[in-house]
Amino acid sequence: MQSLRFRHTAQRRLSGTRGKAIIGVVASGDLEVLLERVLPDAACEVEISTPLLGYDETWKAVIAEFIARSSPGGLRISINDGGARPDTVFLRLLQGSALMETA
Amino acid sequence: MQHRATDARASWSQATARERLAGLLDPNSFTEFLDPTERVQSPHLHLFDLPSAFDDGVIVGRGKLDGKDVLVAAQEGQFMGGTFAEVSGAKLIGLVRAARDHRDLPQTVLLLMDSGGVRLQEANAGELAVAELMRAIAEARCAGVAVIALVGGKAGAFGGAGLTVATCSRIAISGHGRIGVSGPEVIETNKGVEEFDASNKALVWATDGGKTRRLLGGADAFAEDSMEGFRAAAKMLLTQVPAFDLKTMQAEHERLRERHRLFATCADAVSMWKTLGIKEPEAIRDMDTKSFAALANSIKGANHDAR
Repeated sequence: MQSLRFRHTAQRRLSGTRGKAIIGVVASGDLEVLLERVLPDAACEVEISTPLLGYDETWKAVIAEFIARSSPGGLRISINDGGARPDTVFLRLLQGSALMETA
Repeated sequence: MQHRATDARASWSQATARERLAGLLDPNSFTEFLDPTERVQSPHLHLFDLPSAFDDGVIVGRGKLDGKDVLVAAQEGQFMGGTFAEVSGAKLIGLVRAARDHRDLPQTVLLLMDSGGVRLQEANAGELAVAELMRAIAEARCAGVAVIALVGGKAGAFGGAGLTVATCSRIAISGHGRIGVSGPEVIETNKGVEEFDASNKALVWATDGGKTRRLLGGADAFAEDSMEGFRAAAKMLLTQVPAFDLKTMQAEHERLRERHRLFATCADAVSMWKTLGIKEPEAIRDMDTKSFAALANSIKGANHDAR
């Protein structure tokens, strides 16, 4: 297993008041994303646990793109990966941040 | 953790465990125990270089079904085949024991089963969990708790899950649901393809599937493969929970004896359906939910006061 951790400063705090959400399932080609609103306004941390080695740069790029697009300030995001493709990862992250923006 | 409301017509078999809970229970009524943020995960999977899940594939909590307070547990069939393991097993057992010991908690437990059985990487803990869960269900039923199994997930209810289901007060199943002890591939591996051809889907569903389980009395309600289908089946079953006493036990023994007498010489499910007096047993497979449910309700052995 490999653990990856990324720290970012987002442009702004993610809107909404929801404290936590989970989306996706640890299944083949899928992943679960747990989002918790526990950090200071613009901070965002993403921690990934994946059984696949050697995709650090791909993860880094997908997370950076997600932070730029969604500005999830205040969130700690934890991922259990089941071998998801980058597009699936990106989709789940967007679904997760959208969930956190709902009441 | 509450998921958004799921469309009432959405497929039960295609849904995740969290989506099923959102579709089954009254809107915004679910409270999770040990939610994913507590990270009560498997202590073993990382030793095998396998990913864990924040809830170990079992979600437990309480909510309301049509206004009635219930305890619920849902297995996530997509994670490791919806397995029984140390943590996921303890969550199930803890929930049923809580109902057994605390009269102020809801005295109804809904088990949304979706599992191929024990998790091989935690086999000893998983086997113990199944045994303890079955015991907890029997004790809870003795104390007056109703335990209802809902079976319609992709993994079915095999191995320990099949045994657990058979211990419950009442069972609902859909056409996509399957209940068994040894799964088709296990039987084929051990006894050969002549004994059971696991690649023959029609044979597998005729043998383990929801329709045959319902016709033989192995399930008490036939649900449509949807959120509202299982909601309706669960509500209906809650009105006909048998007492867990000597009379019910004797009725159950009598039911099984009669079943053995009727079907002992049958070679397959279709010949059993014929024995039940069904005129066109070949038509069962393609029958829609409504007509099939009506047919099953008219069959004597499928409806009983045992279990």
